[in-house]
Amino acid sequence: MSVLEVRDLTVKFYTGEGVVTAVDGLNYSIDRGEKFGVVGESGAGKSVTALSLMRLIERPGYIESGQILFKGQDLLELSDAEMRRIRGNEIAMVFQDAQTALNPVYTVGEQISEALRHHLDYGEAEAKERTIELLDTVGIPAAESRYSDYPHEFSGGMQQRAIIAMALSCDPDLLICDEPTTALDVTIEAKILEEIEALADEFDTAIQLITHDLGVIAEVCDRVMVMYAGSPVETASAEELFYDPKHPYTVGLMSAIPRIGDRRESLQTIPGTMPDLVELPPGCSFHPRCPFAEEACTRRDPPLMDPETGADVSDDPGVERAAACLAHSGDLEQDLDYDVTVREPDGHTETTVTDGDGRV
Amino acid sequence: MGLQRFILKRLLLIPPILFGVSIVTFALVHLTPGDPVSQMVAMNPNVDAAQEAELRARYGLDDPLVVQYVDWMAGVLQGDFGEVYGSSQDAAGVLVARLPETIALGLFGWVFALVIAIPTGIYAAVKKDQLGDTVSRFLALSGISIPNFWLGLMLILLFPLTLGGWPVLPPRESLASPAMLWYLVLPGITVGTASAAAIMRVMRTSMAEELNKEYVTAARAKGLPERTIILKHVLRNSLISVVTLAATLTAGIVAGSVVVEVVFSWPGLGREFVDAIHGREINLIMAITLFIGLFIVIMNLVADVLYAMLDPRIRYD
Amino acid sequence: MTERTTERGRIQVTGFDPERVTERDPLSGWTEETGTETKSRWKRVFGRFVRNRTAMIGLVVVLFMSLLAILARPVEFFGFAVQPLSLAPYPPGDMLYADPTVDVSRNEAPSWAHPFGTDGSGRDIFSRVLYGGRYSISIGFVVVALAASFGMVYGSVSGYYGGWVDEIMMRVVDVVLAFPMLVLALVIVAMFGGGYWQLVAAFAVVGWASYARLIRGEVLTIKENEYVLAAKALGARDRSVILKHVTPNAVAPVIVLATLNIGTVVIGVAALGFLGLGMPPGSAEWGSMLEGGRDAIIPGPGGEIRWWITVFPGAAIFLFVMSMNMIGDGVNDALDAQETGAEMRGGQ
Repeated sequence: MSVLEVRDLTVKFYTGEGVVTAVDGLNYSIDRGEKFGVVGESGAGKSVTALSLMRLIERPGYIESGQILFKGQDLLELSDAEMRRIRGNEIAMVFQDAQTALNPVYTVGEQISEALRHHLDYGEAEAKERTIELLDTVGIPAAESRYSDYPHEFSGGMQQRAIIAMALSCDPDLLICDEPTTALDVTIEAKILEEIEALADEFDTAIQLITHDLGVIAEVCDRVMVMYAGSPVETASAEELFYDPKHPYTVGLMSAIPRIGDRRESLQTIPGTMPDLVELPPGCSFHPRCPFAEEACTRRDPPLMDPETGADVSDDPGVERAAACLAHSGDLEQDLDYDVTVREPDGHTETTVTDGDGRV
Repeated sequence: MGLQRFILKRLLLIPPILFGVSIVTFALVHLTPGDPVSQMVAMNPNVDAAQEAELRARYGLDDPLVVQYVDWMAGVLQGDFGEVYGSSQDAAGVLVARLPETIALGLFGWVFALVIAIPTGIYAAVKKDQLGDTVSRFLALSGISIPNFWLGLMLILLFPLTLGGWPVLPPRESLASPAMLWYLVLPGITVGTASAAAIMRVMRTSMAEELNKEYVTAARAKGLPERTIILKHVLRNSLISVVTLAATLTAGIVAGSVVVEVVFSWPGLGREFVDAIHGREINLIMAITLFIGLFIVIMNLVADVLYAMLDPRIRYD
Repeated sequence: MTERTTERGRIQVTGFDPERVTERDPLSGWTEETGTETKSRWKRVFGRFVRNRTAMIGLVVVLFMSLLAILARPVEFFGFAVQPLSLAPYPPGDMLYADPTVDVSRNEAPSWAHPFGTDGSGRDIFSRVLYGGRYSISIGFVVVALAASFGMVYGSVSGYYGGWVDEIMMRVVDVVLAFPMLVLALVIVAMFGGGYWQLVAAFAVVGWASYARLIRGEVLTIKENEYVLAAKALGARDRSVILKHVTPNAVAPVIVLATLNIGTVVIGVAALGFLGLGMPPGSAEWGSMLEGGRDAIIPGPGGEIRWWITVFPGAAIFLFVMSMNMIGDGVNDALDAQETGAEMRGGQ
């Protein structure tokens, strides 16, 4: 059963330069205890999606349409007070930059226990005790004495752990992690990710993990949605996404990951940058950066399709496998001629697993 | 470094600054043509040259400047600021006698400023770019632009004279009597207006800036009510910028009280200062100036300590 | 899970060829550059300032009042009329009740002939208010120009040399800043006497210190900057580095401070005038006019209140300072330099 179901979510920002459609008709769902990844470059609409779930979009942004069904209830229809009971309590958020997400003038302990006091009606002493427990759980040594430390007395990794403790404090059903490790060193990143994963399993919490890093997705997620310019371009299980990507943008992201023992001359990055959301390119918004683009791509904006049949599945939030590329509806003249190879551990033998059309 | 050592270090910095302050005051007063004796002589043609010389010798005005300064400083360190020529009163005595009136006025001004400015600043920041914000910003801009002496005159023109009954010119009564509070209202408002406006502007700007920070989103994501977020999380951070202003604003209130006391005939130190300047009462001018310098230096210290208490990130060095 | 982690490094994608995009003709008319501005920083600042309605109103009022002050009476240099116009109907010092050709008495309420009324000496307040701008406005600009130039040189020297030179120079600044601007100016004017240049000197002597502190701070920041260290490493001399990098960075906060400072000085000059210590008594300076009209707030012989005597000169100061502050705010917003402390304005 899905804990979260997002239907046709559209978020617009009314700026001086024009109307920005940050999220355009988004559909997806997350099952109880599932780890769901959202990946894309900055500006793809990932963070706006996350804030929409919490109804924390601020002026000049507005949620224009859609439904956010959390345990069957539409969050967009709740009153402000009802929504506040859900925030931090049933849906919690881990922020990208722990240093800025912590208030510098209050102790870390106070900032965690304040949520406990607010949502669970804990007393002063009770909240403190539970907070110390939480700090200990997320791996902060000497949690008891650390309780009354200020954020600046914590290292970056510890700050992020504190933020995670804060998010887990009220045992939420859904944890939204917005680039939780981007600000951290690589060594700490791995530890924090493991921590999030273990804790989510322990608390049976569903996770929506937002990142621009496919490596992070590979480490944590069960299912993935790739976003580009405010819309999803591909959804798949993590396994399928890596072995059998169906959208050129996913392929581009994958080929931009540097690898040890890479024999290519240079890293193949995706040319150009994410378009300004005020004025999107006509047709498929990825076509100006897509090596496989054809004339047809400038005329039609492809919906999410079943890559096997080419059927439009864009209205189904629970769809298992979909990609928004005209290649799958047979509208392109050429094939998507890329290959995914898996190198054997010895580094020499290579097996071509698949190419864009799914032929092995 | 702990807070105590920090305070101690700052305290040690005070004497050299005051030394400089005293030199500046002394030099200004003594390097000018025409000493008080020549003025006395000018006003009283019966004094002959011998008497004039005797007067000069009595006040030590014939000694070299350095000697005069050392004499004066030696006295100051023992609490003796010299006498007031016109009245044969002691300058320190006049200062102490008039000080309570000025403190009462300044405190009233400060309280008025804070009571008006903090809520308005919060309101304007929360309603940023809406009508309420525009109106309060306009009022704040007017507040920092209006000359306080004119504001005082206009208040006198509007309240006591046309509306009738509001007391303006204070009688010679003890400050402690409750009736004096009424006389304090208009000068207090006048002296506090500029500070209120300045605090409101800082409050609005820093609060609006803080409201955009991620810890606010994080606090909202925790499900805290908006009131808690603003009054607990954001307010304390914004107050830090107000505290950094405190010393400057106190200086403004001190300077403001000089003018405002004249407007309202308030019997405080400021009016005494202006009278001393008109009467060239050198000892009194120097005593009051030195006192103001000391007061502002101490206020700077207080502001630093408050700042350190509000912001745990500050390191005392 | 761990399985995928180890496999992560082994998946490799080939065939995603960026060159195909860079070398082909654009498929549609859409380009990435739509709408991006490439104007220079100062052009953008200027554009923002001009679009700020409040600031433009302030600018218009300041220019208008300055123009009125210049055109109020003829300006003569060595007997030459440089500016022959005379918008003010009467000479500001003339006691009109003594003039048989003018039908007016003392303390006359505003009328068509005397829009702002006449004062206790029968002088035309409208003419005096127009003319009075000459003192306040020009002193404001001259003082700020002098204080800013001296302060900037002082601050650069202090920050540039550093060490004990800096230490001593900054203690001097501390001493000056230990006084409220008005108190020190009061003592100076009291000792050296009133008058135009005495006022300029008094406020300039007090005002330079905040510029010195500001510029020193900028110099110190610049000295620490990586690009300056890089420039030094490449053999550039300190002095040229500082001149090249400090100037553009420090100009913005100095402009903001200076704009707001003009208003402070104008109020300060008027305050001294009001205390009877500025221009000679009876001058058409705004503050002195208020001083002369103080007794007018108490009901006159007929019980009437001669409000016009105090309202108009004070309103002129208020209007000018307010407009100046509106410009200052606009400059501040345009430069986005909130950290320069534009919100505060002490020393009133």
